[in-house]
Amino acid sequence: MPDIKIPGRESLLKIYEQMLRIRLFEQKATELFTQGLVTGSMHLYIGEEAIAATAGVLLRKTDTITSTHRGHGHCIAKGGKTDRMMAELLGRKAGYCGGKGGSMHMADFTEGNLGANGMVGGGLAISVGAGITNAIMKKNDSVTICFFGEGATNEGIFHESLNLAAIWKLPVIFLCENNLYQVFTSVKESLPVKNVSVRAASYGIPGIICDGNDVFELYDVLSSAIEIARKGGGPSLIEAKTYRWEGHYTGDGYAKGGYRSIEEVEAWKAKDPIARLGAYIIKNMIAERGLLEKIQKDLKSEMEKAALFAQESPWPDDGDLCKDVFFERQV
Amino acid sequence: MPVIRYSQAIRDAIAEEMRRDKDIFVMGEDVETMGGVFGCTKGILEEFGHDRIRNTPISEAVIIGAGVGGALTGTRMLVEMQYVDFILHAMDQTINQAAKVRYMTGGKAILPLVIRAQQGSGRGNGAQHSQNLEAIFCHMPGLKVVMPSNPYDAKGLLKTAVRDNNPIMFFEHKVLYNTTGEVPDGEYTVPFGKADIKRVGKDVTIVATSWMVLKAMEAAGILEAEGIDAEIIDPRTLVPLDKDTIISSVKKTGRAVIVHESHGVCGIGAEIAFVINELAFDWLDAPVKRITSAQAPIPYSRKLEQLTIPSTEKIVSGVKEVLNRS
Ligand SMILES: Cc1ncc(C[n+]2csc(CCOP(=O)(O)OP(=O)(O)O)c2C)c(N)n1
Ligand SMILES: [Mg+2]
Repeated sequence: MPDIKIPGRESLLKIYEQMLRIRLFEQKATELFTQGLVTGSMHLYIGEEAIAATAGVLLRKTDTITSTHRGHGHCIAKGGKTDRMMAELLGRKAGYCGGKGGSMHMADFTEGNLGANGMVGGGLAISVGAGITNAIMKKNDSVTICFFGEGATNEGIFHESLNLAAIWKLPVIFLCENNLYQVFTSVKESLPVKNVSVRAASYGIPGIICDGNDVFELYDVLSSAIEIARKGGGPSLIEAKTYRWEGHYTGDGYAKGGYRSIEEVEAWKAKDPIARLGAYIIKNMIAERGLLEKIQKDLKSEMEKAALFAQESPWPDDGDLCKDVFFERQV
Repeated sequence: MPVIRYSQAIRDAIAEEMRRDKDIFVMGEDVETMGGVFGCTKGILEEFGHDRIRNTPISEAVIIGAGVGGALTGTRMLVEMQYVDFILHAMDQTINQAAKVRYMTGGKAILPLVIRAQQGSGRGNGAQHSQNLEAIFCHMPGLKVVMPSNPYDAKGLLKTAVRDNNPIMFFEHKVLYNTTGEVPDGEYTVPFGKADIKRVGKDVTIVATSWMVLKAMEAAGILEAEGIDAEIIDPRTLVPLDKDTIISSVKKTGRAVIVHESHGVCGIGAEIAFVINELAFDWLDAPVKRITSAQAPIPYSRKLEQLTIPSTEKIVSGVKEVLNRS
């Protein structure tokens, strides 16, 4: 039996904190959205936090990720600062993209986040390119985690990306967050197979399913895939089964009792990854309740500050509109 | 006359055409469930059943490509792009296949394919969900390009589109879905290639498309108060383009301002300006002016987005500029 990788105390607490940071960030962002301060729409990650948070503790700063339209969690997990993220959501100059990107284009290259993406499947090929840089050009042992939803596996680019990554043995972990829906459409009508992971067979790479709400399973599966990739063993396809609690986008009034039943939503809420890990930590005396409460309290004040920072940040200048279209030499 | 929303006008056109013609098949992302993201296919599943309308996976290339194949084999295909931005996944199917198949086969192919696509800025959706891509499709021979600005035209033009035997790009604007307008109960269609003179005037011709028609109308109100009488033309279809209506208006006013939301460079405004140059040069009293979004992707930040979208004020000042008044 292969040895199972188990997160230590420090990792567990970090994962716990990051999951909670993601959730509280999005709750705060929703408040601001409701006040009309955020435009467009946000795709909330609430319920799926375990996946990004666990991946985050396993990656080095020099590793990269590609993210999705549901990208707040990925950004935070890869070291994103909540104040600059909040400023981006409000379209302010201090935001990660100077206000030009918004929720769907949050990127922080210094932390290795190559960006959220408005296009479903948009990150798949980009992660392959990052793999070329690392494995072929720089010959280092950095890896890339490519996040995407199960819906993205029905885009042609999914096939092209996994095929190329496989034949060139690129260090990419294709991490599918299968939350069972694509907007209003269920996997039952869009996927002819029950598990996305079986699609790995077409590329001769490992295809592994795990419980996306279980930090321990995620930690084990991701550690192995990352290790294989670092050692030149090529890509893996990992399918994390999970669920989004909220609508596809903020304001999706049908999220409860439209295209999916209230019972289904409630059943998944009972599998809350944060509550689950919190209970484990206390039961196994990894930390006391007081510490978890302190983490929560600190994070709440972090979000208050982030919201304030964002609201007080200046708007972009008029002159910014046509800047950044091309690279221009700094004078 | 009943007043309905633009989105309902689309839905009514689809339902009426599907009742009339049992060969119409609708497909697209989320179209079946609860009427789709913008409610344009509400009730279609209930009335016509799963063999006339289907949700697809997120697979734009096959949505358009199957549209071509279905149309070639006798089905009238009515396919949807939830946002026009996603059609960039399917450019081969649209431009190499749909646009060319009739020509390449020496006129043998008949392609009753309508691609409905929602587009436009104004909602803070960022650079990949706010584009206006009509110019790309106008550029390519073989595609008709339709851009309704109001519920009446939306319904009448969509009915015409569905009955046409050519591939049609039908662009709906996200900001317009909730706008309302009068639509008669009875059957009617709006022909392609026939511009609508939205306002008769004598001092300047404003040619505007889609959402910009509404802004131009607002601008005309402001200009009127200052004694400037603008004529507003909504081409309604860009391919075919009703040159006659534009040219006779410019010959009357001697001045033209073109307003569109997509970027200026190589946009439809450049084409219309050329047409004016070619056919009405001697009647011009001032250079033709165009008002468009800046030559930059649509920014997310509400402040910058508002700055780039052609505003009523910009139209007013553009008109004054061609009239040499400020
Ligand atoms: C190329 C493309 N097609 C369609 C969309 C519209 N859209 C945005 S998110 C989404 C569903 C994505 O489903 P999935 O990949 O499972 O991710 P999830 O939203 O469930 O996290 C769709 C259809 C898009 N943004 N890009
Ligand atoms: Mg999904």
